[in-house]
Amino acid sequence: MRRNLILGAALSAVFVVAAAVSFFWTPFDHTALDIPNKLRTPYAAHLLGTDHFGRDILSMIMVGARTSIAVALVAVGIGMGLGVPLGLWAAARQGTLVDELIMRGNDLVFAFPSLVIAILITAIFGAGAINAIIAIGIFNIPVFARITRGAALSLWQREFIMAARVAGKNATRISVEHILPNVTNLLIVQGTIQFSLGILAEAGLSYVGLGAQPPTPSWGRMLADAQTLVSVAPHLALIPGFAIILTVLGLNLMGDGLRDYLDPRLRVSRA
Amino acid sequence: MLRYTLKRLLSLVISLAVASIVIFVVIEVAPGDPASFMLGMNAQPETLAALRSELGLDASKPERYLTWVTGMLSGDFGTSYTYRTPVSQMIGDRLWISLPLALYALALSTLVAFPAGIYAASRRGQAGDIGVMGATQLGVAVPNFWFAMMLVLIFAINLRWFAAGGFVGWDQGFWAGLHALTLPAIALALPQAAILARVMRSSLLDVLGEDFMRTARAKGLTARQALWRHGLRNALIPVLTIIGLQFSFLLAGSIIIEQVFYLPGLGRLVFQSISARDLIVVESVVMLLVFSVIVVNFLVDLAYAAVDPRLRSRA
Repeated sequence: MRRNLILGAALSAVFVVAAAVSFFWTPFDHTALDIPNKLRTPYAAHLLGTDHFGRDILSMIMVGARTSIAVALVAVGIGMGLGVPLGLWAAARQGTLVDELIMRGNDLVFAFPSLVIAILITAIFGAGAINAIIAIGIFNIPVFARITRGAALSLWQREFIMAARVAGKNATRISVEHILPNVTNLLIVQGTIQFSLGILAEAGLSYVGLGAQPPTPSWGRMLADAQTLVSVAPHLALIPGFAIILTVLGLNLMGDGLRDYLDPRLRVSRA
Repeated sequence: MLRYTLKRLLSLVISLAVASIVIFVVIEVAPGDPASFMLGMNAQPETLAALRSELGLDASKPERYLTWVTGMLSGDFGTSYTYRTPVSQMIGDRLWISLPLALYALALSTLVAFPAGIYAASRRGQAGDIGVMGATQLGVAVPNFWFAMMLVLIFAINLRWFAAGGFVGWDQGFWAGLHALTLPAIALALPQAAILARVMRSSLLDVLGEDFMRTARAKGLTARQALWRHGLRNALIPVLTIIGLQFSFLLAGSIIIEQVFYLPGLGRLVFQSISARDLIVVESVVMLLVFSVIVVNFLVDLAYAAVDPRLRSRA
């Protein structure tokens, strides 16, 4: 199972590096038009070919990776930043009104798929990458609140928590000093999965025009542009598609690998 | 069971009420007055005021919320600002594409996922299992709208088995309609089938480790008989929950898939309405989607409790 972790991390690293490098260098300016060389399939000068305006696809993929990663990362940050404290709070006050309110609130947010949130936000503020971040981020909050609460609830039954209470620590300190460190592994694994879901969601949202707007390149919008040209120049659709698939696959493999690596019980049961 | 049902029903009503308030408030915050948007910049103040009162925009916010909600309860979703036709009729027409599409995809995903999950579980750790799990890993990583574009490229443009887009209409007959929805349904079903197959496999593996499975083997059943007679039925409960949850994702997902195939469904309606600032339509479609998620979850909870008595006392 180590293999999954290494393969996944390697795949993800390719795109993170591509995104980072794109800040300093891309083979071409990703907005530079070159009409005489439009719709070229991959060749020596343009390693991944050119689009219908003659823009270099490799450069667009690199800058698009930046958009995808930024949106998904901030969305995971929002989900963790709000969801984890809510989950800890609910678990610390298990069975009280606070717990009930937080859980019912979670159910309510769960009823709004991220696409629906994005539609609502776009109806008010217009489309943009920020919308995608907020929509995916809001959707992530109940995910993290639930798994944090679930894991924290069983921890609260453990003896070392009892010891901390006897030592006079209040619920907040116990949550931060004892519960949180013990759910970190779980959060890392879930974070990786939500990160990959975020990349898929960002692609979908920008494909239907609810995400990043021109001139910000994004994989989803590259696919939307490719749609009418797919019979003439299939590489316009294939390349961004493969970029999304490989990134998501890499993150998922990494998540699975991390889960096995960080959870010794699973390793024993699988062996 | 009655007590449990009533409690769940109460929380269903509260969820729907809170969701409707959230949606109403969000749409209220949206900038731009529908009446002035319809009449343009040079409208006379008197005309504007007349239109505002005709659309019911001059009433107070709580009043307008109540009108909206009570209207929806009686099937009246208001009148589209742009088309001046009843929103319920616009949604009704589109729903005849989006809903069958979601159900079709649900059927396909179940048909593929069940055998795949059972096959993988029964060959745990062997080549067949690894193959199926690898396929599901790929299935969840492929964006369904990209998969849809590839299906169009192969089966519509190159092989010409299907139309590349558009919808013939159900009046052309059931099979013609189903034929037109086949590629979209396959695209929509792919990631769901992958998830469902994984759930089926792991649920079945959990059950296979139970004592009663050992007893079934001990009384002389073969592994295959034990799996089909005892394993499967017990493994189905979590699987059914996921199917219920997936339905709402399919309905929302169909909004994106409709764009690939130029299907005149709910998705098209919502995007047209956003660009025309026909917010009453956006508001109602969003409410409908959220409503379906909440109600399906409610039904799944009830089904779960009907099957498993332990759950009734807990809630």
